[in-house]
Amino acid sequence: MGKIQSMEMVDITKTFPGVIANKDVNLKVESGEVLALLGENGAGKTTLMNILYGLYKPNGGKVLINGKEVNIDSPQKALELGIGMVHQHFMLVPSLTVTENVALGIKFKSKFSMNLDRVAEKIKKLSELHNMNINPNLLISDLSVGERQKVEIIKALYHEANLLVLDEPTAALTPQETDQLIKWLRSVIGEGMGVIFISHKLNEVMEVSDRVEVLRNGENVYSTKTSETNIDELARNMAGRDVKLPTAERKSKYGEDIVNLKDVWAKNERGIDALRGINLNIRKGEILGIAGVSGNGQKELAEAIAGLQKIYKGEIRFKGENIANKSVQQIIDKGMGFVPEDRLHMGTIPGFKVKENMILKDYLRDPFSKIFLLDRTYINDYCKSTVDEYDVRCPNINTPTHALSGGNIQKVILSRELKRNPDALIASYPIRGVDIASVQYIHEKLLEARDNDMAILLITEELDELINLSDRIAVIYEGQILDIIDAKEADKSRLGLLMAGVKEGVS
Amino acid sequence: MKNNLKEILFNIAVLLGSFIIALFLGSIILLIAGVNPLVAYHAMIIRPVSNIYGLSEAVVRAIPLMMVGIGISIAFRSKMINIGGEGQIQLGAIAAGAAALALPGLPKVILIPVVILAGFTAGGIWGGIAGWMKAKLSVNEVLSTVMLNYIAFQIYLYLIRGPLIDPSELAWGTGVPQTARMPDSSIFQRLIQGQRIHSGIFIAIIIAFLVYFLLWRTTFGFRLRAVGEEPKAANYAGVKVDKYLVLAMILSGGLAGIAGSIEVIGVHHRVLEGLSANYGFSGIVVALFGRLHPLGVIPASFFFGLLLIGAEMMQRAVDIPSALVISIQGLVILAVVSSNLILENPKYRKKFLSFFVQKL
Repeated sequence: MGKIQSMEMVDITKTFPGVIANKDVNLKVESGEVLALLGENGAGKTTLMNILYGLYKPNGGKVLINGKEVNIDSPQKALELGIGMVHQHFMLVPSLTVTENVALGIKFKSKFSMNLDRVAEKIKKLSELHNMNINPNLLISDLSVGERQKVEIIKALYHEANLLVLDEPTAALTPQETDQLIKWLRSVIGEGMGVIFISHKLNEVMEVSDRVEVLRNGENVYSTKTSETNIDELARNMAGRDVKLPTAERKSKYGEDIVNLKDVWAKNERGIDALRGINLNIRKGEILGIAGVSGNGQKELAEAIAGLQKIYKGEIRFKGENIANKSVQQIIDKGMGFVPEDRLHMGTIPGFKVKENMILKDYLRDPFSKIFLLDRTYINDYCKSTVDEYDVRCPNINTPTHALSGGNIQKVILSRELKRNPDALIASYPIRGVDIASVQYIHEKLLEARDNDMAILLITEELDELINLSDRIAVIYEGQILDIIDAKEADKSRLGLLMAGVKEGVS
Repeated sequence: MKNNLKEILFNIAVLLGSFIIALFLGSIILLIAGVNPLVAYHAMIIRPVSNIYGLSEAVVRAIPLMMVGIGISIAFRSKMINIGGEGQIQLGAIAAGAAALALPGLPKVILIPVVILAGFTAGGIWGGIAGWMKAKLSVNEVLSTVMLNYIAFQIYLYLIRGPLIDPSELAWGTGVPQTARMPDSSIFQRLIQGQRIHSGIFIAIIIAFLVYFLLWRTTFGFRLRAVGEEPKAANYAGVKVDKYLVLAMILSGGLAGIAGSIEVIGVHHRVLEGLSANYGFSGIVVALFGRLHPLGVIPASFFFGLLLIGAEMMQRAVDIPSALVISIQGLVILAVVSSNLILENPKYRKKFLSFFVQKL
């Protein structure tokens, strides 16, 4: 089979028991262009791509490559045809090396031996050709998220893919890595690669794509050239209504310090100093944003305040009392809320029902339990009304939480943390991988909490989010706060420089 | 409704099918041993359910299986694999026996709870040691519980051969390693004249319901399950994960200890060699078959009770070596447990169901 000049999906329909995931969906991508595929969580993007990659069999419709109908019944077939896919959650074995991971997908001539040296050599060549700087002999577990993604891309390139599907490729990347990826995409489409780019980040979509296809409820709703549309238009078509992200109104006065960190030092799991003398204060009724490239101590900072991370020097005052190294339960009881970064394994218990996760921090309190007995009637009523109030989309409150989409899991966590009405809230990456309608909702809730005098620490990589919501922005770099600036005076280029560790001579 | 009926039929068909396959394979073993499989299987399957003796003996075996099985379910739900049932049963039995012998004057309503509590405590300590080693020293609990089995077995033998041996055994010079007979005030009533079935069955079922209640209706159970499902999130929610790992193992060992004490005051009326009868291991299968749910373990333990007595009856009926009986029993358990896995795994389930529906 020659190179893919064009790939067309015609009238694709896919139903699951009780759900229509795709209904007569059409999609076309040609070599040398980037097609952005947009839609909210559950709009049917992933199903469509899984059909293209041979993981699902459609109930109707066909796939044409260079105008000829093809039957893609397995990922192997897709690879043979030249379709490569980089999943949102990487499909790599952490305990194997880069070479071994790539070799997993190769059919060797002999069943009993494989020529790994040749594989390694080819990986090296590809890596040099594409400026990726990947050492084929390293273990996957030693690579960063960005590097792992490069390995996934190399896997596709190894099979000479020239139609690449990238499912939310930038969700877990740092801004620098994202820039690199976009630069790389431009260079390969110049060489005739076709790309399908799935993302929630509309500014990236505007930057990188040539055309946009929007799905809603499993159907095509909007199709356009990127040059003829804008972010608001895209957001409206995705959500089916106007979406306006809220911004914080400036306040002239703030309350007293609720949280106060003085010279906080902590080591991470590997025994390296992750926090190196942090000084911060969060005032009543303010959102303090933390800007920084991920991995500069944000996780340790959040967890130290919540009591999950031990600190070995300094103090953390919460409402005047030093809570450093106190137990998690004590800190929760004192009125600290925490929306953690890892929402599926820390923020919720995946196997627990939605209602059990909603009361994960309240089950000990009257009226949720009396002495030691859980009050099931009260819990059911409470959770039913919370699901309505926070618009959590779930079949019912007894559904296992892992069956929910990311945005809805985040709403479960947010409802639990906010309804406890804490004095302070730490929100780590609250909108990572969440669709635009949920982003709007989460932002509104955070601002509402701020206006009700909560002190909020907002950790995120999204500069737009920081500037829209924060009152002040602190920049963290290698475990230190480089600078704290008023959000009014913040602009992206200045923040970008600070995040890279560059501090102007005089301030 | 129609679908439901189909599902139930399907479940029964899978179970029966796997049972028949196991019996077929077993019949090859029997034929090699020169025995008519039909006679053997009649004794194994029909006889236990066709007379009082068989049913009574099945219940007698179901009681310890139920206690151990529930204990193992609790440990499993906290992601701890307790292989130490044997040792926990033995220590529970010896503690129960010692308590009963030391306090013969107490009235029945006090002595029986004291004896059961003694068994629970001893088994609980033994399980708790493994839990503590896991929580504080990161010692794999499979390793520690197996090793603790050996230690418990030696302690047990030492006690029934030495300090706790029946004085009359010494006086007559026979030296059978067993304790004196338990005082009457500690013994469970027999329910049917001439049969061994005893009132411990009620205690066992009550405990099964209590554990269900504890796990799903109390804040304690909520935490215990949270720790097992996702320790990271439990820690985030303020639960002391280490503490609950130890508590789960204490409960798990404690229930095995209760199994030991019930065997002493319900069945043997003495502490003697071989009392644990591998219930500590069979209990693992019972727990898995009961889907790690205290109420699921109740029918599972009755089923395995029947299987155990059936095997014994078969051995007596056709006079074959017990090793062969055990291997046939193993085949049946393997078939039933693997069919259970088929029923639980949606992927296989779909595959088999479509096959099944096509054939219909």
